[in-house]
Amino acid sequence: MQYNWNWSILLQEPYYGWIWSGFSWTLATGCAAWVIAISLGSVIGVMRTTQVPILRTIGTCYVELFRNIPLLVQMFLWYFVFPELLSKDAGMWVKREMPMPEYSTAVVCLGTYHASRVAEQVRAGIESIGQGQRYAGLAMGLTPVQVYRYVLLPVSYRIIVPPLTSDFLGIIKNSSLALTIGVLELTAQTRQIEEYTFQGFEAFTTATVLYIVVTAVVMAMMRVVEKKTAVPGMLSLEAK
Amino acid sequence: MMLRKLGIAAVALSAVALVATGVQAAGADGSPVLTRIKERGVINMGHRESSVPFSYIGPDGKPIGYSVDLCMKIIDQVKAELKMPNLKIKYVPVTSQTRIALMANGTIDIECGSTTNNLTRQKQVDYLPVTFITGTKLASKKGSGIKEIEDMNGKTIALSLGTTNEKAIKRVAKEKGIKLKYVMVKDHPQGWLALETGRADAYATDDVLLFGLISKSKNPGQFQVTGRFLSYDPYGIMVPRNDSTYRRLGTVVLADLMRSGGAQKIYDKWFNPGPTKINMPISSTLKTGFEIQALPH
Repeated sequence: MQYNWNWSILLQEPYYGWIWSGFSWTLATGCAAWVIAISLGSVIGVMRTTQVPILRTIGTCYVELFRNIPLLVQMFLWYFVFPELLSKDAGMWVKREMPMPEYSTAVVCLGTYHASRVAEQVRAGIESIGQGQRYAGLAMGLTPVQVYRYVLLPVSYRIIVPPLTSDFLGIIKNSSLALTIGVLELTAQTRQIEEYTFQGFEAFTTATVLYIVVTAVVMAMMRVVEKKTAVPGMLSLEAK
Repeated sequence: MMLRKLGIAAVALSAVALVATGVQAAGADGSPVLTRIKERGVINMGHRESSVPFSYIGPDGKPIGYSVDLCMKIIDQVKAELKMPNLKIKYVPVTSQTRIALMANGTIDIECGSTTNNLTRQKQVDYLPVTFITGTKLASKKGSGIKEIEDMNGKTIALSLGTTNEKAIKRVAKEKGIKLKYVMVKDHPQGWLALETGRADAYATDDVLLFGLISKSKNPGQFQVTGRFLSYDPYGIMVPRNDSTYRRLGTVVLADLMRSGGAQKIYDKWFNPGPTKINMPISSTLKTGFEIQALPH
């Protein structure tokens, strides 16, 4: 291999600053999108399990639409096509005036995509409890909302912590696709460093290590959550 | 017992391999690149997929273009040198982000695209003589009042990530104190889309590529390419570093073409007017460039 290694490039300005700035954007994109994914995903997931047909239909349509279109295509659609569907002024606002157009678009896109996956996990969690508890709750005089609030959701969220962890990891890694619409996150900055210095192997190695560190921290955190919230006698970590 | 037999076999095999490489290295005149081409029986040619008309995918799915034609002449010479008329060519698609890394790690033996030869890149790769000369210009909508970069104060400009144009624009803006808003895009089609949809007021890249983008747009009359050259971008075919024998082989082929007028013929085939109607007669700078680089034997 004909390659001049130069690891010191990583400690030089501006490249050092670029990596940190990219790293922060990756975290900012991933975390903001995760908030959307969890909240929207919970609502959609609950809708898919209610007894109201129209809500179930809306939930199903949402999930099928968002999880069946490749994320890269969705990025493109949100960034280039969505503003054209609005009125001229609103479109211009999205393209020019909106604060941080690329970042906001990327967060919405990632959030809505992962919401469809979270929705499926929430649904799986609720369905794994079985209909018995729902009927028991209703028989005790709880309203359907109360059945979800006090009976179904508290248990189902605790059951689905492991798949939610995978999705949290996924959202951090998928945030790298935001570079296709110009968000200068970690992968984008890495490429930028490669183009300026042609020391691509060093830059990409650093990015790889940083991604692994973040995902390892997330895994450790979720492991604690998993232990604390395990339903006794049910999928518990202690159950051997 | 079994182990010992295996050991002997391994020693014997490596000895055969050593002798074989020795013989082939002699055939390839001590050039590591020619040696590996000969060993594999394949030359890996890096090409772009949408650098019109330098290197792009043609109607039959194979790469075509100005740089590809020049490369083919060099590959013909490689075949003659190695006495391997049936040498296979493997096409490896590369992007502006992958080309240097793939060359440095030995995946490709020659890159035929639209790559600017600059001194920083020469730390990792080598170049053959300059085969095209261009520079950064601005494309904008007609009637936008944009002529030079100075007219862009407070406006939004789209730039392709990782290009020499991005660096040039940022440098000029800094020097002149021009306040620009940037929209970063990943490739030329997206940069063009940003300009067309009004997300950016201008798109900056090599002028030849801008003319190509305009010629392919829905409404070519609506756009203009303006301003002075904001950077100097000489294109060259890229080859691996530290192999002067291999590089000389390519230099000889190109010098011969430039001396005989063959280079100009290939140029006219792709640019004047060219299959995409780009209509760019050879510039006086490039013509002089051909003359200077036509070294005698």
